[in-house]
Amino acid sequence: MASLVDLSASWAPGCHLGGDNGCGFPAPGTEIFEFGKIAEYTIFGITFTIDKPVILVLLCSALIIVFFTVAFAKPRMVPGRVQSMGELCYVFIRDQISRETIGKAGDKYIAFLFSLFFFVFLINFMGIFPGAQFAPTALFVYPVALAVMVWLTYMFIGLKKQGPIKFFTNMMFPPGVPKPVLVILAPIEFISNVIIRPFTLAIRLMANMFAGHLLLTVFIVAALYLASPSVIGVLGTAASGVMVVIMTGFEFLIEGLQAYIFTLLTASYIAGSLSNEH
Amino acid sequence: MLDLIAEVSGNLGAIGYGLAAIGPGIGIGIIFGNGVQAIARQPEAYGVIRQNMFIGFALAEALALLGFVAPFVFT
Repeated sequence: MASLVDLSASWAPGCHLGGDNGCGFPAPGTEIFEFGKIAEYTIFGITFTIDKPVILVLLCSALIIVFFTVAFAKPRMVPGRVQSMGELCYVFIRDQISRETIGKAGDKYIAFLFSLFFFVFLINFMGIFPGAQFAPTALFVYPVALAVMVWLTYMFIGLKKQGPIKFFTNMMFPPGVPKPVLVILAPIEFISNVIIRPFTLAIRLMANMFAGHLLLTVFIVAALYLASPSVIGVLGTAASGVMVVIMTGFEFLIEGLQAYIFTLLTASYIAGSLSNEH
Repeated sequence: MLDLIAEVSGNLGAIGYGLAAIGPGIGIGIIFGNGVQAIARQPEAYGVIRQNMFIGFALAEALALLGFVAPFVFT
């Protein structure tokens, strides 16, 4: 279980500013995103490795399933404490994201947006949760899996609602554009809708969490490294410690915002697939 | 000039990220500045404005994030 609590692979105990062993600042790099494997099993020749992010994702999924099952299992007219919390979450997704973006027609997709938002938010939140301190979305596979799901959803909705020919012509030829411009615009629109959209969706989430984790680690390692009996050391440790607290608060903001943006963009892609005018 | 570039040491990825952040920085500033202005002028349209503001923000920010990821990918 040692891999679950390691602060940083790069920081060695006893490495301080002006210390005897004369080590420089151990800047954390990409190695802080690698975790030791806890378990491993093979099915049909494919090896699955269980490490800390996998466990965190499984725990978060279980937590979401249990919480919302409890909240909505026996709905009552006068909601209890758990039910009213669940309803608050539902109303937030419906009014702030779905109805604003898609309109009434989007009520069918609230379940998808709802699960997406709370899953992304919770696994992002693991980045500052004491004991976990790592957002699995900082590893590229998790956002990619979510983005592929979103891509399949909006492509399927578009193909089903508008038909394959109308879907692509509506996508590539926006109305009111002069004919010569279309020569350049049509391929750009196609590439941006089909290829760039899921790519940036995944990159955005991953890069934000990656940067946040790296930033927090840099300041924590700096606080530990600067802890030494000198003026610069004491002041630096205090400043770094304060920065850790501020950055943790900032991270919480970013995590919520990224989950919101991820869901909002999904909703707007679905809205684009549903509507016929552009 | 070439000698000067040869003298530059350190991580080029950091410089690349700095360059990549210029455009999105300006863009995000414009988006939120105009968004706040629009909300101040028409507070009843808050929902629509905020939502479009975040979509624009997300698109502009993607460029800076690509610049952030690129040095890690192309090491």
